[in-house]
Amino acid sequence: MIKLQDVSVSFGKRTVLDNLSLDLTERRIAVIGANGSGKSTFARLLNGLALPTTGEVLVDQLNTRKKGRDVRRKVGFVFQNPDNQIVMPVVEEDLAFGMKNLGFSKADIASKTDEILARYNMSDLREHPAHLLSGGQKQLLAISGVLVMTPDIVVMDEPTTLLDLRNKRRVARAVAALDQMVITVTHDLDLIADYDRVIAIDEGRIFADGAPAEVIPAYERLMA
Amino acid sequence: MLDLYSPGGSLLHRLPPAAKMLAMMLGATLLFINQSLPLTVAATLVILALYPIAQLTLKQAFAQVRPLLIIFMLFFAVQWYFSGLELAAYVVLRLAALILLASLVTLTTKSSDMIDSMTRGLRYLQPLGVNPEKVSLAISLALRFIPVLAQITREVREAQKTRGLERSVIAVAMPLAIRAIKMADEISDAIDSRGYRS
Repeated sequence: MIKLQDVSVSFGKRTVLDNLSLDLTERRIAVIGANGSGKSTFARLLNGLALPTTGEVLVDQLNTRKKGRDVRRKVGFVFQNPDNQIVMPVVEEDLAFGMKNLGFSKADIASKTDEILARYNMSDLREHPAHLLSGGQKQLLAISGVLVMTPDIVVMDEPTTLLDLRNKRRVARAVAALDQMVITVTHDLDLIADYDRVIAIDEGRIFADGAPAEVIPAYERLMA
Repeated sequence: MLDLYSPGGSLLHRLPPAAKMLAMMLGATLLFINQSLPLTVAATLVILALYPIAQLTLKQAFAQVRPLLIIFMLFFAVQWYFSGLELAAYVVLRLAALILLASLVTLTTKSSDMIDSMTRGLRYLQPLGVNPEKVSLAISLALRFIPVLAQITREVREAQKTRGLERSVIAVAMPLAIRAIKMADEISDAIDSRGYRS
């Protein structure tokens, strides 16, 4: 579970998130909001990439301020642009990167690499240069690179924004099939229609919080 | 070295990367020590013969030198003018042989294996303050992001071209630098997120 207690984030005089208190427990949670509403900062708080200016973020009781590394082991993060997340030149090397950092054995790295590539039908791309993958393949590689680290929670920052319809659907299917708790920051309202909970943020505050059927129409009215 | 690795199971693929790199350094040194055109021709033919042994085609061999053909022609013309035909042929052939030799190593060695090998070698420099893991990460990131930066440069150029600014170096360099810095921030976060201990 992730708990936000009186969390505010400010950059200089600008308050990006204002006094949020939330318990995140549902299996599928979406965070929506206009550009600049603070939703990406919200996502970054959840694995300690951003720290609250005031208040605390606790992931399974671990404070992101004090236990950042442990938190990041529990909470995987998928960035909007996979090109900025894939750090190794070849597919299998990139998959191995996180696992090596966490001290996985060679046998574990090999078996998890096999398993994840098979899961996303990318086994033939194992030795492929990462920069030559399609947009959808890159995003699946970025997601795979996080999943092989076996996080309990996956946070995704606009995972389908840069993709065409086919790849959007491919990534959506991949996300839907995950066993982990998933928190998705997105503008893609179709992606989150089946989610358990949607949190709409507007100007750093929670504008609506509840089931998609309630929150999405309210958000659409706000954006009209 | 960007996307040169050609998967295969040949003897050259299976050789340890350190052995290949040492052999390459030795071969390059011999090519430079040698001053004879016939020996350089022979060495080039031997290197070319290694391509099929490594399950590579001569087309792939040619692809390694093709981007440098204009430079080769320029060198050849200048050397021919100042030093004669034989020396011109020798200089250009030696350079081509070097590139073919180096490419043979990169075509048959995964970048991760090469980097692991370099990391192991750099451990001997740890007493001098060298951090092998950081060096290896830096090399990997360079290999990974040179094509990405090239793509961003193309995008910025195209964007500026539509605004009639394709001749302005600053109009291309500034947005490129800003995007690169922004990208570097996110890459740094991505590396952190994936458990890297600096």
